[in-house]
Amino acid sequence: MEPCKVLLVDDEVEFVLALAERLTIRGLHTQVAHNGEQALFVLQDYAPDAVLLDLKMPGMDGLEVLRRVKKINPQVKVVILTGHGSEQDAEIAQRLGASGYLQKPADIGVIVDTIKRACSGFAD
Amino acid sequence: MAVKKWFKMANLLHVPEEGDAHARYNILRRNMIIIMILVTLIPLLLMAFVNYHQYRTALRDEIVNPLRVLVNKTKHSFELFLAERLSTVSFIASAYSYQELADENTLNRIFQVMKREFGGFVDLGLIDSNGIQVSYVGPYDLKGKDYAEQSWFHEVQVRGSYISDVFMGYRKFPHIVMAVQHRSLTGQTWILRATVNTEKFDDLIASMGLDPESDAFVLNRSGVFQTPSRFYGGVLEQFPPPLPPVSYEANVIEDKGPRGRDVFLAYAYFVHPAYILVVVKPKAEVLKTWYTLKSELAILLAVSSGIIILVVYRIAGILVRRIRESDEKREAAFNEMQQTHKLSSIGRLAAGVAHEINNPMAIVNEKAGLMKDLIEYKENFPDKEKFLSLVNVILQSVQRCRSITHRLLGFARRMEIQIEVLDLNEVVKETLTFLEKEALYRNLDLRLNLAPDLPRIASDRGQLQQVFLNFLNNAFAAVEDGGMVAITTWEQDLDTVGVSITDNGVGMSEETLKHIFEPFFTTKKDKGTGLGLPITYGIIKKLGGEIEVQSKEGQGTTMTVYLPKKPKEGLGG
Repeated sequence: MEPCKVLLVDDEVEFVLALAERLTIRGLHTQVAHNGEQALFVLQDYAPDAVLLDLKMPGMDGLEVLRRVKKINPQVKVVILTGHGSEQDAEIAQRLGASGYLQKPADIGVIVDTIKRACSGFAD
Repeated sequence: MAVKKWFKMANLLHVPEEGDAHARYNILRRNMIIIMILVTLIPLLLMAFVNYHQYRTALRDEIVNPLRVLVNKTKHSFELFLAERLSTVSFIASAYSYQELADENTLNRIFQVMKREFGGFVDLGLIDSNGIQVSYVGPYDLKGKDYAEQSWFHEVQVRGSYISDVFMGYRKFPHIVMAVQHRSLTGQTWILRATVNTEKFDDLIASMGLDPESDAFVLNRSGVFQTPSRFYGGVLEQFPPPLPPVSYEANVIEDKGPRGRDVFLAYAYFVHPAYILVVVKPKAEVLKTWYTLKSELAILLAVSSGIIILVVYRIAGILVRRIRESDEKREAAFNEMQQTHKLSSIGRLAAGVAHEINNPMAIVNEKAGLMKDLIEYKENFPDKEKFLSLVNVILQSVQRCRSITHRLLGFARRMEIQIEVLDLNEVVKETLTFLEKEALYRNLDLRLNLAPDLPRIASDRGQLQQVFLNFLNNAFAAVEDGGMVAITTWEQDLDTVGVSITDNGVGMSEETLKHIFEPFFTTKKDKGTGLGLPITYGIIKKLGGEIEVQSKEGQGTTMTVYLPKKPKEGLGG
C-alpha cells in the first residue's frame, strides 16, 4: 500500500516541523504548510490523502481552509488539531466534513491512529 | 416653628441606611407606628374635643334658657304684685281728700274694702307733711307717732313712693311697708302708708313648680332673705356672700351651693324695690344627661383609640415584615447573581489561559516526543535509558498540564444539558460502581438508604453522575479507612426530590464552608484543582436545583441536593 500522504497546516513552525518528523518516523508521508494560503497552494501539487489542520491561524483561519479544501477536493480527509477548540468549533468542523477533532497537546499514538483511519476511509 | 416641625416629620420618615439590619427595621416600624398613630389619633382627639365643647355648650343652653325664662317670669309676677298694691294705695291717696282720710271712720271703711278686694293689707294710715301719724286703722296704736326722722319718710318725699324690705311685724308674720305721697291742687301734701303681709310672695315662688332639690327665694340688696329658703335659711337671715353681680335681666352663673354642691344660680335684680330673685338648681341634677353623654364619649374615644393603635401596630408589623422579606429576597438574588457572574468570568479567564497554554505545551510535547523517537529509533544511543527516562518525565508533565487545562475548559464550558426521565436511585448506583473498588479496598461502611418508590425525575444523567461522583470523592477523601458514607434519597415535596451524601469524616470549619463553592479554593493541597464544587454548583443551578451543606469539624459533612421533578422553563429537553 502507498504510504498515507498528510499535509500538516499550523502556524507554530516548531510544532509542525517536529510533528512532521515524528509522523515520518512512523511511516507517514508528510508535507508542511504554515498558513491557509500556503496549504491551499500545496494542496494542488501534493494531493494528500489527509490534512491535519490547526483552527487558529493568522490570515485565513482553519475553518475557512477546511471549507475550501473540501470544495477543491471533497475526497481529502481533514483532521482538526487545535489548542483553541470549543464545542461549537468541533460541531462546525464536523458539519463542514472534518473526519476528526483532536485537542493539543495530543498523544502521538492518537494522532497517528486518527490519520491512518482517515486515510483508509473508516472515519467517514 | 413650622420648619422645625417639618424637619421632625422628615426625620421620622428617614430610616438610616447604615447599621444593624434588625435595628433599622425596628426604627422603620417604630416610625411608621408613630406617624400612623399621629395622623389618625390627632383628628380623632380634635373631633372629640370640639364635640365635647359643642355638646356642653348646647346642653348648657338647653338647661340655662328655661331657668332664665322662669326667673324673668317670676320676677315680673313679683313686680306686678307690688305695683298693683302700690297703685291701690296711690289711687286711694288721690281719690280721697285729706279730710276724708284723716277721718278714722272713713279710713276704716276704705281699709275694709281694700282688704276684701285685694287681700294682704294689714293696716293703713295717713301721715301729714310733718311726719305725724294723723289717722290709723290696724292692729297697732300708732296714732300721733312722729316719722319725721325716719329714712323712709325722706325717701317717699323725694321719690313719691316707697316699698320697704321685709320685716317681722304683726303676729310674727313677715311684712312690707308701702307708702305713697300725694300732692293736692292746693299744694298740700300727705302720705298714705300701708302694711302688706308677704304670704303672696310664697305663693308666687310656689307657682314656679320647682323640684325638691332646687330652691328659690328673694333677697334684698344686703343679702337678707325676704322669703324663706329651702336650704339656706329663713326670713331675715343672711345669704352667704358674695351676692351675684348686678343684672336686671335674668342671668345664670355657676356657683358652690350649700353642702358644697355645684349649682346653677339664676337670678335677676328688681329695679324697684331693691330685691333680688334667686333660683338655685343643683348641677348634678340638670347635667345628668350631660354626664352620661360625657362618659359615653370617653368610652367611645378610648375604645376607638385602642382599636386604632392595635390595628396600626399590627399593620406596621406586617408591612415591615413584608419589606424585610422582600429585601432579603432581593439580597439573596443579588448574591446569587454575583456568584454566577464570578463563576462565568473566572470561567472565561480559565478558558483563555487553557487555550494559550495548550499551544506551547503542544510544542513541548512534540519536541520531547521527537527526542524520544530519535533516542528509541537510534541504536547504540549513549546513555539511552537515562535520556529516555528524562524525556518520559517531560511527557508525563505535559500530560498533567493537559489534564489541568482540560478541567479548566470543562469548568468554562459547563457542557450542554441533556434532559431525560431517569430514576435517581439508578444514577446513584451507577455512580457508586466507579468507587466500589476503593470502598472495598479501604473497608468503608457504605450505606444506601434509597427510597423504594422514589418518583422518576426529568434531569441530566451525565451531569448528575458528575455531581454525585464529586460528592462521593469528597466524602471518601474526608473519611479515614473504615469510615462511614451514607447515601439517602427521598421525596421532599410534590415538585422536589432530595439526595444527601453524609460522611463521618473530618468535616469543615466555618471558614472553609464559606469558600467551598469558590473556584480554585481547595483544602487538598496539590491534589485538588478547586473546581469540583464550583462545577457541581453550576450544574445543580442549571438543573434548577439547590445545594445545602452541613458540616462540623471532626464530625462529618452532609451534602444535600434538592432536584426539581421537572426541569425549569428554558432548559432544552
